[in-house]
Amino acid sequence: MTDIIETLPSMAKGSSESAEVISQADNTRQEFDVEISGTVGKPLIKNPKMSSRNCDVFYGEKQAIFNINLDIGENEIIAMIGPSGCGKSTYLRVLNRMNDTIPICRVTGEHTLDGEDIYGKDQDPVLLRARVGMVFQKPNPFPKSIYDNVAYGARLHGLASNRSELDDVVEASLIKAGLFKEVKDDLLKPGTGLSGGQQQRLCIARAIAVDPEVILMDEPTSALDPIATAIIEELMDELKEKYTIAVVTHSMQQAARVSQRTAYFHMGKLVEVNDTDKVFTNPEHQLTENYITGRFG
Amino acid sequence: MKETTQIIKAGLKKRYAREKRFRFFGLMSIIISFIFLIVLLVTIFSKGWPAFQQTYIKLDIELDEATLGINKFSEEDVLFSASYQKVIKNSLKQMFPKAKGRKQKRARNNLVSKSAQYAVRDKVLADPRLLGTKQSFWFLAKDDIDVFMKGNIDRSLPESDRRIKDYQLIWIDKLIAEGRLERRFNTVLFTAGDSREPEQAGVKGAIMGSIFTMLVTLSLSFPIAVAAAAYLEEFAPQNNRWVDFIEININNLAAVPSIVFGLLGLAVYIGFFGIPRSTPLIGGLVLTLMTLPTIIIASRAAIKSVPPSIKQAAVGLGASRMQTLFHHTLPLAMPGILTGTIIGMAQALGETAPLLMIGMVAFVAEVPGGIMDPATVMPVQIYLWSDSPERAFSERTSAAIMILLGFLVMMNIIAIMLRKKFEHRW
Repeated sequence: MTDIIETLPSMAKGSSESAEVISQADNTRQEFDVEISGTVGKPLIKNPKMSSRNCDVFYGEKQAIFNINLDIGENEIIAMIGPSGCGKSTYLRVLNRMNDTIPICRVTGEHTLDGEDIYGKDQDPVLLRARVGMVFQKPNPFPKSIYDNVAYGARLHGLASNRSELDDVVEASLIKAGLFKEVKDDLLKPGTGLSGGQQQRLCIARAIAVDPEVILMDEPTSALDPIATAIIEELMDELKEKYTIAVVTHSMQQAARVSQRTAYFHMGKLVEVNDTDKVFTNPEHQLTENYITGRFG
Repeated sequence: MKETTQIIKAGLKKRYAREKRFRFFGLMSIIISFIFLIVLLVTIFSKGWPAFQQTYIKLDIELDEATLGINKFSEEDVLFSASYQKVIKNSLKQMFPKAKGRKQKRARNNLVSKSAQYAVRDKVLADPRLLGTKQSFWFLAKDDIDVFMKGNIDRSLPESDRRIKDYQLIWIDKLIAEGRLERRFNTVLFTAGDSREPEQAGVKGAIMGSIFTMLVTLSLSFPIAVAAAAYLEEFAPQNNRWVDFIEININNLAAVPSIVFGLLGLAVYIGFFGIPRSTPLIGGLVLTLMTLPTIIIASRAAIKSVPPSIKQAAVGLGASRMQTLFHHTLPLAMPGILTGTIIGMAQALGETAPLLMIGMVAFVAEVPGGIMDPATVMPVQIYLWSDSPERAFSERTSAAIMILLGFLVMMNIIAIMLRKKFEHRW
């Protein structure tokens, strides 16, 4: 939790840096001088799984996210892209209230899961996080055995009443995460002894074991090599049959490969949301086009 | 060669020389501290080693019913209170009839320890049928005899400079010739409490006192300190003025001279709460105050060093803050917490100053049986013995230091084993 607090100043710095990039660009290129008035494209859809209205996030005095309205559909993968410090990770953490663990962080607006207010008074963050799982940027298995890693969430929430049920949960989760074949003989070996890609799949298995409805992935492949990345992307494609997935990524190819919709964030604002094909072939907003064509970011 | 390369090359020699000097200084300081350690250990061991042996004298005692004023059929309390000193005196008188004058006669009686009569008494009490027979006993030799036997009194000195006089030398030589003097392992040192007589003095009382005091200290300071550290790290509001204030105070407490804690204990625990003085309970309470900041600071550092990614993973799975703390943070921080605890406990084990304030410096001959019995602790025992004028106490002082060091080494081994056990969970 402390590292988030430590990254806050740097995050603030990050966004001011990107502001500098923009203002430098202002002098040379007219096309960067674009006002972000609202979100273009189709941020809102019918029958969303999760949705946010008028979302603002503040770190102390500093505002990190400005008035975001976004719907996430059932069984879709939505990719969130944008330059560093644009607020995409912060927004992701709004969706399962991970920001609650940062004392100076304040979230406003309306956020719902299946129409239920997730910031409501009678909403329990523990229950919410069981329904909205998370996979982090750096693989972070617990320093325990592979079995205990996967079993942890199920044990925590009492999802298995006896050992054989727990065994089933662990096996099913590892199979879904595509890791079972590789580790089935080493379930009692430490999870930290796996390779980076295997560790990340272990973390996905750990998240699946709680049987969530939504899985949030915060740059899940940024610490992995291309082969491990390809395996995870394949896995995401299979997982979307059962789960709703929101993935933050720095790789535009990844966004293009795995997602159905793509949201482009810029300096705390949601610039454009559209079908992934459209975003990468025919973006509506100038800033989106600049970003995906590699002019900054 | 390029100009910059030449500049770099010119400076290289100087840089390497500097590094070499630095390494030399580092090595020197390690060697010097090692030499000091060796000197310290060698001095203590060479001085304390003889204390683990004790001279015994064999005497044949006539358990004469008339002299003792008792017989086989006497009641037990009559047997108990008879004057056994008399038969020992008679035995010595028979062996060395030539002693003249009060001084020599007293010296003759002082060949054996005053505890000899109790040895006789216990034997008679165990089996009254021995009365009227002649029995041989191995008695503790008086400390002066023991010191002489260990070669610490020089025969060649003029008689006036010696604690053992010429007539005593004759007796000792006779005892040696008859095979009545023997050096054995000094069990008394480990089985007896403190005594004014060096040959009867042991560290058991102090060891038990230290153990009880440490138990009180550990069972209070460990849970309190870990709870405080966990609260401050994981639950306390950040950037709160009160939390900062508490933090500064804890850090300051770690630097407070320990005798101040003794004064505090005297005023609060004894003066206000009326806890009995000189007990391991009060000692443990005072040492808890002293140990708390050390363990809190170490525990906080250990908790802080647990990777936040692990905590986030747990929270992300829906673990509550307390579950995260108990399932992940504390187990991972445990090696560091244990290190801090052992440092604090080692400090407390060697502490004397605050205990002087709460009456643990008293002469306690009884071995304490619980935390409410009057007791003293190892370092205080060492201090008391080092203050005693008898030559035999100086070697016992060193021996007690050795035992204390042994204690510390044992505590460290336990800590290392515990740490290993927790680290095995990867």
